[in-house]
Amino acid sequence: MRNTVNYFLISPALLISILIVFIPGLLTVIVAFTDWNGVSTTPNFVGVQNFNELFVDSIFWKALLNNAKWTLMFVTVPIVIGLLTAMMLLKRKKSKSAYQLIFLFPYILAPTTNAILWLNIIFNPVSGVIGYLQEIGIPIDSPLSSVDTALYAVASVDIWHYWGFLTVVYLAALRQTPAEQIEAAYLEGCNGWQIFRYVYFPSIRPTFNIMFVMIIIFSFLTFDYVYLLTGGGPSHSTEMLSTYAYTFAFSAFQVGKAAAIALFMSFFGLLASCLYIWMSRNDLKN
Amino acid sequence: MKSSSLAKKKQTSVLSHVILLLFSISALAPLSLVLLNSFKNQTEIIRNPLSWPKALNISNYVDAWHAANFSTGFINSILLTGTTIVIVLIASGLAGYVLAGKKIKATQAVTIYFMVAMTIPIQLFLFPLYFVLAKFNLIGNIYAVSFILAAVNMPLATFLMRTFFMNIPTELEESARIDGASTFNLITKIMFPLVRPGLITVSIIVGISVWNEFLITSTFLQGQENFTATLGFLSLNNTYNTNQGLMMAASVLMIAPLIVFFLVVQKYFIEGLVSGSVKG
Repeated sequence: MRNTVNYFLISPALLISILIVFIPGLLTVIVAFTDWNGVSTTPNFVGVQNFNELFVDSIFWKALLNNAKWTLMFVTVPIVIGLLTAMMLLKRKKSKSAYQLIFLFPYILAPTTNAILWLNIIFNPVSGVIGYLQEIGIPIDSPLSSVDTALYAVASVDIWHYWGFLTVVYLAALRQTPAEQIEAAYLEGCNGWQIFRYVYFPSIRPTFNIMFVMIIIFSFLTFDYVYLLTGGGPSHSTEMLSTYAYTFAFSAFQVGKAAAIALFMSFFGLLASCLYIWMSRNDLKN
Repeated sequence: MKSSSLAKKKQTSVLSHVILLLFSISALAPLSLVLLNSFKNQTEIIRNPLSWPKALNISNYVDAWHAANFSTGFINSILLTGTTIVIVLIASGLAGYVLAGKKIKATQAVTIYFMVAMTIPIQLFLFPLYFVLAKFNLIGNIYAVSFILAAVNMPLATFLMRTFFMNIPTELEESARIDGASTFNLITKIMFPLVRPGLITVSIIVGISVWNEFLITSTFLQGQENFTATLGFLSLNNTYNTNQGLMMAASVLMIAPLIVFFLVVQKYFIEGLVSGSVKG
């Protein structure tokens, strides 16, 4: 009886998730093997044709490579900034919370707002800071318009909005480091780097790992900033799996192909998820 | 020896202050530029986007409010965010209660399911969902979109609620049971009031994420009368990209309320961020 009640209590959350995420997710798996255009009621089963077409599509590989580059940038730059600033804030008794708040401002704003403000007031070659620099004689072009720099420009805006989150998370984890260990390390004559390397870092290791996996997962899903800043251009230089799938579904109405790409994205996410679940196996047991 | 190490310590302290200040400036500078230029007209901005405005001219704000259709947009945003929060609070609160107490055999299976659900791409379920909703004429329906956003936020909310319920001593629940409280009374009169900080935290985390959401809202909320503030704001960019002052005023109207709200609820927000990711 008690058991039935408990299953009843958990059912709203599960039902909403199953109806909206799980079943449409399964449908996507099926659709990936069809030529469905989104409207037709009799899509044809085409086997692995969508996948075969993707494998010979150079833009698909370009997108995959861009996602890989994106991942590489995100597991380095924001993590280094986050750790550095968190370590520095650790010793600030009074200004700590003020800094945290400022660092979080870009993080809490909508991707839409952030993207539009960078597009307009920084990157715009007429009325933005770039345009002003050109006018006073500095030969600089909007980094968004060149195929060589666009990806890095988009990633910079996303990193600008993201790193403060890592600072706050790392700082919270660092503060849980046992005080005796830090004291002991100081007495042993450890320098700042050694204390970080041998005392603080091992202590925040679980948090660090979880964030690391999460960053990898979300790097393969990244969409908002790319879509808003460049839409995948110029000439696919910032195309991501997510933007490419979106274009197939809603511009070309090749939903089958979009679904195939979505399966790819999920595959990388799933790999990282397995890693994540494996890493939290102790949590699950307790 | 001692004084030199002290001097060195002082040096590192100054250096760390400088670095922290530089990072603060990098976070704030673009936002300050938005504010500065929201009071200028186009020629002034083109001449120098870094200059101080000549006058505190608020006409950009009035124009932006009308052009972005913010009166409709903000009401829709409030409706969408409010509905999603209510759905998420009820569902994730109950689920968190069950999972925290390991009250069902499937606890581990459900936990793993939500872990996977939290990390799968929106694109994995977006396309079929879109065409099914289109079939039922639900594109543009704010309540339907609330359920989608609730589903997206459900795993994180459930894990947060689970953590908050785990901090309640089990004796409390047991003694209420012995006193003969029904499950309904136990949950509504004892458990939910005890996790009120958790409910507030989840509301704020989910609320900000829904308020800012782009991919799902822009796909499903078509038709200007259904636009959220975010979508109304975005629609300006095509029409008014030669009127930077108006764009910047609209940006301030998007940024300012969120920053004020964030400053008010910072304690809960940061707690939510941290308890969602820090493993003790």
